Amino acid sequence: MRTRPNYLAGAAALVWLVIIGVPLYALVNTAVQPQTKYTDKGPVSIPSTVTWDNFHTVVDSGFLHYIWNTVVVAVATVAIVLALAVPISYAVVRGRGWITKGVFRLFLLGLAIPSQAVIIPLFLIVNDLGLYDTLWGIILPTAAFALPVSVLVLSGGMRDISNELYEAMALDGAGPARTLLTLVIPMSRSAIATASVFAALQAWNGFLFPLIMAQSEDTKLVTLGLYNFVSEYGANVPALLAAVLMSAVPILVVYLFARRALVAGLMGAGGK
Amino acid sequence: MVSATTSRPVSKHRARDRAAPPTLERPGVAWAVPGLLFFLVFAIVPMAGVLYLSFTHWDGLSSPQFTGLDNWSRFFGDSQVRQSTLVTGVLLVGNIAVQAPISILLGVWAAGHQRNRAVLSAIFFLPLLLSTAATAIMWRQLLDPNFGLPSKVDWLFGGSNPFGSQAGSIACLVLVTSWQFIPFHSLLYQGAARSIPHTLYQAAAIDGAGRVRQFVHITLPQLRNTMITSSTFMVIGGLTAFDIVLLLTNGGPGTDTSILPFSMYQTAFRTYDYGYASAIASFLLLLATVASVLLTKLSGYDKMTSTMEGL
Repeated sequence: MRTRPNYLAGAAALVWLVIIGVPLYALVNTAVQPQTKYTDKGPVSIPSTVTWDNFHTVVDSGFLHYIWNTVVVAVATVAIVLALAVPISYAVVRGRGWITKGVFRLFLLGLAIPSQAVIIPLFLIVNDLGLYDTLWGIILPTAAFALPVSVLVLSGGMRDISNELYEAMALDGAGPARTLLTLVIPMSRSAIATASVFAALQAWNGFLFPLIMAQSEDTKLVTLGLYNFVSEYGANVPALLAAVLMSAVPILVVYLFARRALVAGLMGAGGK
Repeated sequence: MVSATTSRPVSKHRARDRAAPPTLERPGVAWAVPGLLFFLVFAIVPMAGVLYLSFTHWDGLSSPQFTGLDNWSRFFGDSQVRQSTLVTGVLLVGNIAVQAPISILLGVWAAGHQRNRAVLSAIFFLPLLLSTAATAIMWRQLLDPNFGLPSKVDWLFGGSNPFGSQAGSIACLVLVTSWQFIPFHSLLYQGAARSIPHTLYQAAAIDGAGRVRQFVHITLPQLRNTMITSSTFMVIGGLTAFDIVLLLTNGGPGTDTSILPFSMYQTAFRTYDYGYASAIASFLLLLATVASVLLTKLSGYDKMTSTMEGL
């Protein structure tokens, strides 16, 4: 069955391309312009001179260290989330009784807790644990608030594993631990990918926890580094936008090398 | 020994096996305990804490003084809170109204087989690579009245400052939020649209249904669950949208775009009035809980069934 081309959809896609493309063009264009030229021509111009000075300014300010911190936080967050959410989801999906049901409901409710709303007591707890101004003070709350989505996604994936497979494992004499390792985890790879992408992006995007839980140069994350640049470089827009551009480089690398996994991971959050 | 002459007794026998296999060991609650404890310490206890603090006066230095309902009576008489709630609601509705239709159309489009679709999809994904802070800072400069687009593109902005009025600032917040998150929501819809059985469309085409009718009568109803998931993300995102306000409008002009999470932050960490900030935070919790319960009821998430069912 041949369908005629949908011209309306094509036109709409082109409009969207302009909306997405123009700001990104302006971002890159501004980041490679000398400041005087920016003041003169504005963000959307044809670049005549290209300079790397803005990136030098950003690197000299210690921005690479912020990027490194953010990568550490993202990796640790994903590790903690998976270590906790996989067993929870397994118990929720395969366990029996009202307690496991209650656990699931608790995390479902937890989905709605805005991190914003509990930041004051959370700040006290992190302080009491002696974690203020350490990366752990950022990692632990970030992981806690990534748990509900992860449990939801993982238990969704695990529910699709058929009962016959569990029975086959039981016939082989496998206990819950071996069943988890040899059946459940391999079978829910895509759900695990989705949960990881989500937790990593939450750590990457995090602004409030790094803002409240840390203050020194050593524990600064990219988002906070950008925030401080706004006041430091207020007038030097090209340097500021060079920093914005550099902040995206690590994810861009992930995107280039693992585009499928990243896209499929995000898509998985919508359920089937 | 058992001679199965008809298929019926065999399948009955199998069904009984499935219901009670003798050695099937199920994981106990213990598996969930570490994660549960972690979540209790970092999410549930703070929730109780914020409720308690909302009945105290506390400057963050001395210990909290119990003041009963003082914060709450102030809360209900506070015109700034009323304005913040209103603006929060307007932003939520604005964001959903702009993002949902565009995301659905883009997602369904991207699930199809047009020419250049792969290249365009890769470009459409790009805003997701920027963090909210990066996106907000970029747009703040692009929309800057002195050096950004408004100073160069007169025909579009009429030479005015987009951040100069409340309506303009709200429009900017919706624009930037949409720019950043439509790629994510359209990915959700793209995934869902791909899994709609192709036979539904073939049947509809045989019945003579055109493109629009297929979209309205097959695609949209099949995307219902995704709409609810996507709206849940938008509502929770809207109730925590603090960084974007801080970096784009800083709550201004004046306090015109000081939404609840932002005004809570200001009250706590700028004026050090932790007790009153906790009252605002508790209200935020209440709003989020009500919204999530409603959305959960709609989605049927709480029924604990496979998402494969019902499709």
